[in-house]
Amino acid sequence: MTDDLNKMRQAFRQEQASGPHLASRNAAIQAAMEKFELQESENNSASRQGTGLFNRLNQQVTAIAASFLRRFSMTRIHLKLPHLLAGGVSLAALALAVNLNSDVQYMFRPNTDGSAEPSPVLESADMREQESLEQRVVSPQTSVPSPGPMYGPGGLDGVGSSELVAAPPAEYRPPSLAAKPVERVLQRTRTYAAKATSGARSESPSVATISRDQGRDRFSNVPDNPVKRVADDPVSTFSADIDTASYSFVRKALSLGSLPPKDAVRVEEMINYFDYDYPLPAGDSEPFRADVTIMPTPWNAETRLMRIGVKGYDIERASAPTANLVFLIDTSGSMEAPDKLPLLRQAFKMLVNSLRPDDRVAIVTYAGSAGTVLEPTKASESGKILSALDDLSAGGSTAGAEGIRQAYQLAEREFEDEGINRVILATDGDFNVGISNPEQLKDFVERKRDTGVTLSVLGFGRGNYNDALMQELVQNGNGNAAYIDTVSEARKVLVDEASSTLFPIAKDVKFQVEFNPENVSEYRLIGYESRNLKREDFNNDKVDAGDIGAGHTVTAIYEYRPSAATGALIEPLRYKADSSPAQVGATDEIAFLKIRYKLPGEDKSRLISTPIGEGQMMRLMSEASDDTRFAVAVAAFGQLLKGGQYTGSYTYDDVLALARPARGEDLFNYRGSFLELVQLAKSADAMAPLKQ
Amino acid sequence: MQTSDEDLVDGAAAGDAVAFRCLLERHYDTIYRFAFRLIGRREDAEDLAQDICTLLPRKLKTYHRKAKFTTWLYRVVLNAARDSYRHNASVARAAAGFEEVSKLERDAAVETCRQTAWLYSALDEIGGDLRETAILVLAEDMTHAEAAEILSIKESTVSWRMMKLKEALKSIAKAEV
Repeated sequence: MTDDLNKMRQAFRQEQASGPHLASRNAAIQAAMEKFELQESENNSASRQGTGLFNRLNQQVTAIAASFLRRFSMTRIHLKLPHLLAGGVSLAALALAVNLNSDVQYMFRPNTDGSAEPSPVLESADMREQESLEQRVVSPQTSVPSPGPMYGPGGLDGVGSSELVAAPPAEYRPPSLAAKPVERVLQRTRTYAAKATSGARSESPSVATISRDQGRDRFSNVPDNPVKRVADDPVSTFSADIDTASYSFVRKALSLGSLPPKDAVRVEEMINYFDYDYPLPAGDSEPFRADVTIMPTPWNAETRLMRIGVKGYDIERASAPTANLVFLIDTSGSMEAPDKLPLLRQAFKMLVNSLRPDDRVAIVTYAGSAGTVLEPTKASESGKILSALDDLSAGGSTAGAEGIRQAYQLAEREFEDEGINRVILATDGDFNVGISNPEQLKDFVERKRDTGVTLSVLGFGRGNYNDALMQELVQNGNGNAAYIDTVSEARKVLVDEASSTLFPIAKDVKFQVEFNPENVSEYRLIGYESRNLKREDFNNDKVDAGDIGAGHTVTAIYEYRPSAATGALIEPLRYKADSSPAQVGATDEIAFLKIRYKLPGEDKSRLISTPIGEGQMMRLMSEASDDTRFAVAVAAFGQLLKGGQYTGSYTYDDVLALARPARGEDLFNYRGSFLELVQLAKSADAMAPLKQ
Repeated sequence: MQTSDEDLVDGAAAGDAVAFRCLLERHYDTIYRFAFRLIGRREDAEDLAQDICTLLPRKLKTYHRKAKFTTWLYRVVLNAARDSYRHNASVARAAAGFEEVSKLERDAAVETCRQTAWLYSALDEIGGDLRETAILVLAEDMTHAEAAEILSIKESTVSWRMMKLKEALKSIAKAEV
């Protein structure tokens, strides 16, 4: 046995967590014992035919009643009893299914005079079990509010406070220790019951919905950007990001009454959700101009914030390039929930209605009834497109062989040389689009991007949301990722911002900031953890980066410590000497900003650069613009949601105090809704159990 | 003297609840631990372990005493775990091996010890067949012959895989320096 193998062996031995938890051990053994007993009673009754119906039934009833009661005491929830009672069954008069033989089951109800009367019902014991479980589990599901009724004809403009507050926290489960294992036990007994019935039965959509929406949301775990010491690592490089999915997902979580998972929060996407009025470029030569403001940090008296922003020029919708779109829609059973397929339908309808006559749309479905639902059709024939959307339904067989290849094929068939060619994938998390290996899928999307067809992804619903894969696909596909939680969000992403999401004006946009060690001792980039680039990637045109669309703004905020300040977080290296700037006369600068981008259709990048110094400095927070202060408030909020490692004693109330006066005109009430979100976070935070 | 596993199975198949219970108590920990090492996530492993336990009453009927009970049981767990990777293939992580599943879903509580952290990151890199073999031989202390039976491959294949594993670990160690 060699050292390496031994090392691994030792590591396994020492691993602590491979022991089971007592609770789940007991639950597992209990469940198995019950199944054993149920099976035994089935076998016994089958073998004891003809020894008197009533005696036999009595014995089975007692056995099954015993096992039912044991199940209640094992799981110990209040939920079950009321549901069972609501289902028309009382403990005093249990309706029990007894498996006499494989064909006919008898259900019998004790009459008031004490005798029992059998009546034939063609169900198996397992199916009965499953239904009663379905009842229990379905009820919470059906009380999830559908987005439709809440938005009356006049209510589409902006997200009013009623929308957020009125949403009953149907999915919010009190974070008690009992709830979690029970949920899973319910799920397990249900899935077991489903498996126990004859194998070839396909699951009905409602059953599939329940099994999906049980906390399988997936996010990448990327640690926060660390504080860097300028003397050691003065250059920071990252790619532009225009996605907004994180913000909507956070909003959805908070509207249901719980704090979002930390990994779901990407601070840069939250900041970039909002529009800012940065100055537009002076002439036509550049697609955007860099705007920088420096202000004191609200949560730290020793540091300052450097807010960098660019705003791309907008294009007239009428003169926009032609769009060639393919909607690739997930129609698996789990999409039937009100916040998924129905919302998706509305979203795409709104998009179609905003297209111009020559734009084209095709629809391909996958995962449910797979195939081409609509050949490429001009937007002028909107009726045809809208009725194809209406005909979409969830469920059906999982053919799945078509899907993504078909979608790209259609896009390529209608390829617009001067226009936008894009596949828009809409899903609640199922990416079985016909290429099962994720690496292959990413490669495929990347290759297609190079031929001119880009990919955007719209996420819907909770419980199966695969944010991690979504992000990667979209980064490879050069489109954008958005999470659609409400009709308003659909309108924002697919209509209001359609120009910016559809029409890039600059590609592969990279930022590079070099800090001056004379004036800055430490710095930290807030957000963009998944967009960090290596220093050498900046000048390497082969390295892909984000695209900026027409009218888009991209904001990045650094927190830095001026060198004169005390309390540096990182000790200087003992052995490495600090160097002085190569450029004479640059000693007054705080940093140097470089932005590389490619114009659409070009391969070689162009460079914008600007020094950052006293000219951008605001001594007081109140001197900074509304936009800057609001962006900083959003950044603070995002960081608090992630645990506030660097925000000291800053609170949600502080965020509100900073954001409120910075609201500005706020035509669509996006910023107003942000304020409500902070309130929700404050309450959710107060309700959270002991912080882990 | 303790009743053998095989005799307990006979008893359970004949309807003896006590025998069945005994089997569960004896082997639950193994089922869970093996599932956990394969899947890497506590909750999923607990779910899988329970699923397997509740399936046992029926599944025991297919145990024909050709192999040791524990060998048969390991096979059951392995197949169930592989099924659960495939089910998760639509979210496209486990198909490529353990790599991204663990990075995305690892319980924070698990990663306390540095050695454990090294262990799982090495397993991540190795992936696939080698990983399963490593878990059987090094974690579950099987001989190459026993592991071969569970994996339904030749013993020489297991030995070859262990050699490949050694190489992989060596190159990982080199990369860490």
